[in-house]
Amino acid sequence: MAIYFWAFVVGGAICVIGQIMFDVFKLTPAHTLSTLVVVGAVLDGFGLYEPLIEFAGAGATVPITSFGNSLVHGAMAEAEKHGIIGVITGMFEVTSSGISAAIVFGFIGALLFKPKG
Amino acid sequence: MLVGHRTWIFENKPVIKSSATIVGPFEGKGRLADDFDIIHDDLWLKQDSYEKAEKVLLEESCQASIKKAGLKKEDIQFFFCGDLSNQITSTSFAARTLGAPYFGLFGACSTSMEGLALSAFVVNAKGAKYVLTGAVSHNTAVEKQFRYPTEYGGQKPPTAQWTVTGAGTAVIGEEGEGPFVTSATIGRVADMGLSDPFNMGGAMAPAAIDTIETHLKERNIPASYYDVIVTGDLGHIGHEIALDLLIKQGVNLTSETFKDCGIMIYREGQPVIAGASGAGCSAVVTYGHLLNEMKKGALKRILVVATGALLSPITYQQNETIPCIAHAVSIETEVGAGGGI
Repeated sequence: MAIYFWAFVVGGAICVIGQIMFDVFKLTPAHTLSTLVVVGAVLDGFGLYEPLIEFAGAGATVPITSFGNSLVHGAMAEAEKHGIIGVITGMFEVTSSGISAAIVFGFIGALLFKPKG
Repeated sequence: MLVGHRTWIFENKPVIKSSATIVGPFEGKGRLADDFDIIHDDLWLKQDSYEKAEKVLLEESCQASIKKAGLKKEDIQFFFCGDLSNQITSTSFAARTLGAPYFGLFGACSTSMEGLALSAFVVNAKGAKYVLTGAVSHNTAVEKQFRYPTEYGGQKPPTAQWTVTGAGTAVIGEEGEGPFVTSATIGRVADMGLSDPFNMGGAMAPAAIDTIETHLKERNIPASYYDVIVTGDLGHIGHEIALDLLIKQGVNLTSETFKDCGIMIYREGQPVIAGASGAGCSAVVTYGHLLNEMKKGALKRILVVATGALLSPITYQQNETIPCIAHAVSIETEVGAGGGI
């Protein structure tokens, strides 16, 4: 049960931070989103995001910060294997499932509905 | 005739010969549903894009108001109109259908009264016998214009407003039974340094106050001369700010005599956050509800102060503040009953 509790608390806390950026600091949705991605990336750069995932599970992998984490994670893992080129190829190694899913489901959605904004 | 700095008095009594309002399904569920000529239950109006639907709203409104005036479209000598899309295409495309000499206006949500003031001026100066004027907005076309990508579904704060899907037009003529367009005060651009496009009401309130105060001063009448002063689309937040400031500055108004089209159009409980907005908002409330009230005799003298936020998505992204404007036009059923004329 503890993992559910911490997933709720940590995931919720990340969303609270996003809401504060939005409401108090008047950041636009786009700025809020990209800032959180960068924060996730920086945290992983210092090796801090993996422990958070171990601790809070989906509480840390579901919010957008996890995307930044995955970008850096993939880049660093590939860089170890293939050097500097690995930084480029690795970025989308871990994130490719998410990006592909967005494209595929977006396409299916567009077939079913009127995709005209 | 110009009085003061920026108020026109129309001594030849231009008349609102007829008016028409066409709205979408959401407005049809609102408080003023009985006042609209046509309520569409399909937001697409059977078109394949929202921009085309916006054009059709305006075309239908033009047709209906010309028909109600007992005229043909060839009788219309000038067309003053606008909307919120880039290059006001919906209006220009509707003007293509209409075929009348055309002035495309952009005053954001103040366009309705900008058009009425200019039309009344032209008719008053004997520049035309019949002029058609109005404004249109379509919720989804305007959302796309100002808040793209809408698919992203970004959260809206409590100060955000809901764009009206609707077109309101009126035929202004030289003579008839009324109601008459008696005066107009043209707004100056006011910018108090606000930059939040989700709080347009707050940004526009100072422009409305400036125009109302100038109008009363230049016409030399008290606020009580009007049965009601109606602002365009300040919404709950902007309207409260405006009322507070006007009362503080000694203008005698209450929440009964100072209303807002953006609050009047929807019911409590419709998810519009702080109220309605859009170029069509003041157009459909004025040319639908308010003129009907005047015909019934419930209102005899009104001042409509349409407010507009003159921003674009680009200026907002470049951290510019929001310049705002408000144009006031008075409509009265009996001319010369008192006051400034």
